[in-house]
Amino acid sequence: MSGSSMWEAVSGIIRRDLLLAMRRRSDAAMSVFFLVIVASLFPLGVGPEPAVLRTIGPGVLWVAALLACLLSLSRVFTADYLDGVLEQMVLIPQPLAVLVVGKVLAHWLISGLPVVLLSPLLGLQFGLSGESLGVLVMSLLLGTPTLSMIGAIGAALVLGVRGSGLLVALLVLPLYVPILIFGAGAVTSSMAGIGGEANLSLLGACLVLSLFLAPWATAAALRIALE
Amino acid sequence: MSVNWSKYSAPQTFYPLAGRLIPWFACVAVVLMGIGLYMGFFIAPTDFQQGEAYRIIFVHVPAAWMSMFLYVVMAVWAGVGMGLNARLSFMMAQAIAPTGAMFTFLALLTGAMWGKPTWGAWWVWDARLTSELILLFQYAGVMLLRTSIDDVRRADRASAVFALVGVVNVPIIYFSVQWWNTLHQGASVSMATGSKMASTMLMAMLLMTVAFWLYSIAVILARVRCVMVERESSPVWDEKPTAVQETVEAR
Repeated sequence: MSGSSMWEAVSGIIRRDLLLAMRRRSDAAMSVFFLVIVASLFPLGVGPEPAVLRTIGPGVLWVAALLACLLSLSRVFTADYLDGVLEQMVLIPQPLAVLVVGKVLAHWLISGLPVVLLSPLLGLQFGLSGESLGVLVMSLLLGTPTLSMIGAIGAALVLGVRGSGLLVALLVLPLYVPILIFGAGAVTSSMAGIGGEANLSLLGACLVLSLFLAPWATAAALRIALE
Repeated sequence: MSVNWSKYSAPQTFYPLAGRLIPWFACVAVVLMGIGLYMGFFIAPTDFQQGEAYRIIFVHVPAAWMSMFLYVVMAVWAGVGMGLNARLSFMMAQAIAPTGAMFTFLALLTGAMWGKPTWGAWWVWDARLTSELILLFQYAGVMLLRTSIDDVRRADRASAVFALVGVVNVPIIYFSVQWWNTLHQGASVSMATGSKMASTMLMAMLLMTVAFWLYSIAVILARVRCVMVERESSPVWDEKPTAVQETVEAR
């Protein structure tokens, strides 16, 4: 198997998924709106005290980003599962795990990247200052691909299972906890003046580890779902 | 004497074997638990810092160890099942999950009971407590995923994949007191430096651990027998081969 043909398969899948998302822009826009609304609800519920908002800001934004990712997980494989495309993908000579990387990257570009780009604006709502805003964007940039990678395992496991929407949340959210802790921890520690480098490094390590391991687990789960 | 181990990988032969083993494991577990609890509550000296409240560790620490150990064992059975496509391995993985979840819950519960007099709080958001709570969620996830899928083969394999993915959490729990500066105290017993507690305390704790371990084996074997009966629409395995014969003839 030559490397160029694998790359062609991956880029083909990414192009196709992006094209499909462009044709149904409202789907992708929904998770972004969800993020904005959830993040805006907290100041209304907790009260507009700037000191309180600054304290809870990193955690709230991270939880909102995590939920937005969770809500969009059903879009990764379900449509392809229902119309039979997924079965064809299994039959392609390129390894399924490599194709999964393409699917997950496309999912991240559609639902993760807008969250990262929007986060400085939401951070301003919570009164985050210059440097911690940068750390927030960095932490989301490193963290959201990991969320997509882990989420894909759950999405593949519950394909065609009844009550899959709730089940995927129960399966995936516990696995998201370390990412949430490191991500929100990076912003909090940079606000405290310690610097968020340690937590950002841990997020990077999680990303590398999940890039390496999650596609195999997802591919195994897809094969089980398609048996 | 050589034993043909692979013979027992068939549910038909494992079912009677498990039935014969259960009483042994159960009896020894009860006896050891009795000795361990007696030593823990009456013989072991009172801790000079924590008073009598520390005695909960004779349940807490073994339960916490078992919760992690059983998860790894479950994942190993799941992995063996995926690799060798063996039905019995998946059945074992299915049987282990509820016992592991029970020990995880027990560890959290006894931890809360100990935390209230010692730390002044039932619960703190500390790395070890949080990761143990995640372990409970993972056990729940494995069991829920299995019950949500009607096809047994798919349920087996899907929950096996999820169990294997979750193994990542076990070292995080185990090393959480070393990696993070936590409120939960560090390990008092370790392979490298030996024990930092009185020998009767250590003895009671080890006895309780062995007792919990044997109890788990007994309960898991009993449950795996139930799983076998549940999965086979016509359970005809019995301790006596003649019973099988009679059932077959009766049809």
